[in-house]
Amino acid sequence: MLAALIIVFREVFEAGLIIGIVLAVTGSVRHRNRWIGGGVLAGVAAACVVAAFAGALSQLFAGMGQELFNAAILSVAVIMLTWHNIWMARHGREMAGEMRAIGQAVAAGTKSLLALAVVVGVAVLREGSEVALFLYGVAASDGGSALSLASGGVVGLALGAAVCLLTYFGLMRIPPRALFATTTALITLLAAGMAAQAVAFLERANWLTSLDSVVWDSGWLLSQESIVGRTMHTLIGYTDQPTEMQLLVYVAVLLVTVLLMRLSGSQHGGRAVAAG
Amino acid sequence: MSIIMRKLLLVAVCAIAVLPVSASLAQQATELQVTYSKGQFQPTELRAPADKAITIRVKNLDAKAIEFESKTLRVEKVVAANSEALLNVRAQKPGRYEFFDEFNEKARGALVVQ
Repeated sequence: MLAALIIVFREVFEAGLIIGIVLAVTGSVRHRNRWIGGGVLAGVAAACVVAAFAGALSQLFAGMGQELFNAAILSVAVIMLTWHNIWMARHGREMAGEMRAIGQAVAAGTKSLLALAVVVGVAVLREGSEVALFLYGVAASDGGSALSLASGGVVGLALGAAVCLLTYFGLMRIPPRALFATTTALITLLAAGMAAQAVAFLERANWLTSLDSVVWDSGWLLSQESIVGRTMHTLIGYTDQPTEMQLLVYVAVLLVTVLLMRLSGSQHGGRAVAAG
Repeated sequence: MSIIMRKLLLVAVCAIAVLPVSASLAQQATELQVTYSKGQFQPTELRAPADKAITIRVKNLDAKAIEFESKTLRVEKVVAANSEALLNVRAQKPGRYEFFDEFNEKARGALVVQ
């Protein structure tokens, strides 16, 4: 049971963190639960489909289907997160303050919610397909141990939900004025980290081989497999052995986001709301 | 929105430009094979020369999916029931690199690089 608990928890941990952040980002937007819930459900459904066709997916692109699929969905999440940040730079001011703009901001907020729902869906899909495969294997095995393993899985899932709530309530303790800057920074780092992960998948698939030497090994300081390491991996894209290309892409996403936020903020209201 | 689109296009073009480099490197890799059956890896020890890229073909003969993982080799890949998967491992320094099935940690093995 403990083994199942650990496996399921490890997989849902990352999704829990991301959903917690998205909940905090969308704190004041109406109907946000419907969108985020929809993202989670779509993610679960997609995870089951991916798990069912895992064998076929793996055979695509000369055996590199899994890696390329992961790189592709991560890239989608990066685009959605970046787009959300740019959108917020343009409209964040209205949403945070002026009452008369609220009606308009809520209507426009739906667009940004769709982007974040996609991010949630992708997070659930990535982690969920492995959980689905594992639990399917459990269900396929004999009855006695299956029940114990399944209950371990349920507890692991509940712990993942707890991570999500802790992240959300932790962020909600931040005063509203500072919250916007904090979540903007978090979303930007999240996007950069995901882009670096996408690079790692392309490298594993041998699709990306330039600048692939490891720049440093900080595993002795903070292992990527430890709880803190895993948290930092999800939040800011921490990797104990980053390649040159990963660092390059990471920094590029940060710079492009800040630049686009500045441009987009100044086009609209004269002054940029960008926090980066 | 148009600015973003242009940036994305640029990124896509850059990515495509890098692709042709990949084919040549993959061909020189050491090829290894490991089979998973009845909850065990076979063989439990693989050998490969140092400083040369490695590809590992993992055949899963069981009716359950496995996740082939090695923390030190930095690979992690799901292998569906009754199927096989290919993993690329970058050139390694001499040493012993352990691998296991993340869904069943009793199944373990190691790659010895010399």
